[in-house]
Amino acid sequence: MVAVNQALRDTSSADPAVDEAQLRYARLLDWGTRIGLVLLLTSFVAYVSGLLPSQVPLERLPELWNQPVHRYLALTGVSTGWSWVTLLHHGDVLGLAGIAVLAGCSGLCLLSVLQLYRARNDNAYLLLCLAQVAVLLLAASGLLNAGH
Amino acid sequence: MRARVVGLLFLSLAQSAHAAGGAADGATPWWVWPAGLFVACFLMGIVAVPAGIGGGTLFVPIIGSFFPFHLDFVRGAGLLVALASALSAGPMLLRGGLANLRLALPLALLASASSIAGAVLGLAMPSNLIQIALGALVLAIVALMLVSKKSEFPQVAQPDRLGQALALHGVFIDRASGQVVNWRVHRTIPGLFVFLGIGVLAGMFGIGAGWANVPALNLLMGVPLKIAAGTSGLVLSLVDSSAAWVYINQGAVLPMIAVPSVVGMMLGARIGARLLDRLSGSVVRRLVITLLLFAGARALLKGLGWWP
Repeated sequence: MVAVNQALRDTSSADPAVDEAQLRYARLLDWGTRIGLVLLLTSFVAYVSGLLPSQVPLERLPELWNQPVHRYLALTGVSTGWSWVTLLHHGDVLGLAGIAVLAGCSGLCLLSVLQLYRARNDNAYLLLCLAQVAVLLLAASGLLNAGH
Repeated sequence: MRARVVGLLFLSLAQSAHAAGGAADGATPWWVWPAGLFVACFLMGIVAVPAGIGGGTLFVPIIGSFFPFHLDFVRGAGLLVALASALSAGPMLLRGGLANLRLALPLALLASASSIAGAVLGLAMPSNLIQIALGALVLAIVALMLVSKKSEFPQVAQPDRLGQALALHGVFIDRASGQVVNWRVHRTIPGLFVFLGIGVLAGMFGIGAGWANVPALNLLMGVPLKIAAGTSGLVLSLVDSSAAWVYINQGAVLPMIAVPSVVGMMLGARIGARLLDRLSGSVVRRLVITLLLFAGARALLKGLGWWP
């Protein structure tokens, strides 16, 4: 972490020796992170200020957040998977959209560099990027369920 | 002196939060907890930087021990804390050449696949078993922090064939010393196996994995320390993205816990980075180790049913 902070101080501008794919990845990652954080913050403000209604009333949270997730879901009737997309008018659910942008932006960054690896005939990295995107899609699909 | 003040503030907050958590009777207004969480994460962010540890590593054991939230939600929030920190630092590190995309991709692929398995397994395991395993892991991290060595520029006499085939090498200019460093890797296959294990731990416990990534890259694979630290964040961003989806899909991410944590930790880390030259790194590190020891022992004893 100390090394990272030293590194951050040392990297005020792009290094001319840095690979083009890496720069493109960085540019998109920067935007994805900004959009995700802004969405996360604005939705949270709308949620706690009461500007948007919440799916689970704020006052009930202290009796719910100490429960295991399966019990929380049973007590609140909150659905799992991608059902939250249809409930984005709720402040607490809208927060998940910001979180989804943060968790999804790396996948878009990987897709954006595919063409560069293809142009270089760098098939190993073309496959690695595609495999990584497939892993992210599998995780996001909700096909893998856990249960207590 | 400042480090002691920060330490005392932190410990008093943790104790009061724990005491109040034990008396969660519904009389406490709901907003007290997110506000306390924000302050705790802000303080963690400050001490994490000079202590040389990722905030995500501190988050799960400390918040899990001292706040009334269930470990399922703490792990979900922990993943997001680590993810947001890694994503925020990523672009600058990539542009500056200190995070290496080529090096990160093969390692992240295996680690993110195994992190999904870790997350599924972690959410399916009984709470007390997770507490015991978390306690053991945190105590192991403390041991690693105490004994781990670092090598600024490791010597790689002979790169291995897989590392050569994947072109895992590069040049970076250490702007602090002005030194031009040609680096390459060895032991790529053992490195891949280590990252497979790291992914499982990251997904299962929602804990940042920089404490494991950096030694694996630096000491095992021979990557220079700064490249190892920068690339570790990039690997973490991909690993935690995969695991985070599992937690999101299972309903284990509560914005009321995740958002104050992410914001508090990021703001604290900015202050911590500015105080880096003023705080005594060794004092803060000792404080963090003590705190982690306490949190690890508490998680272990809680899981065993010896500490309610």
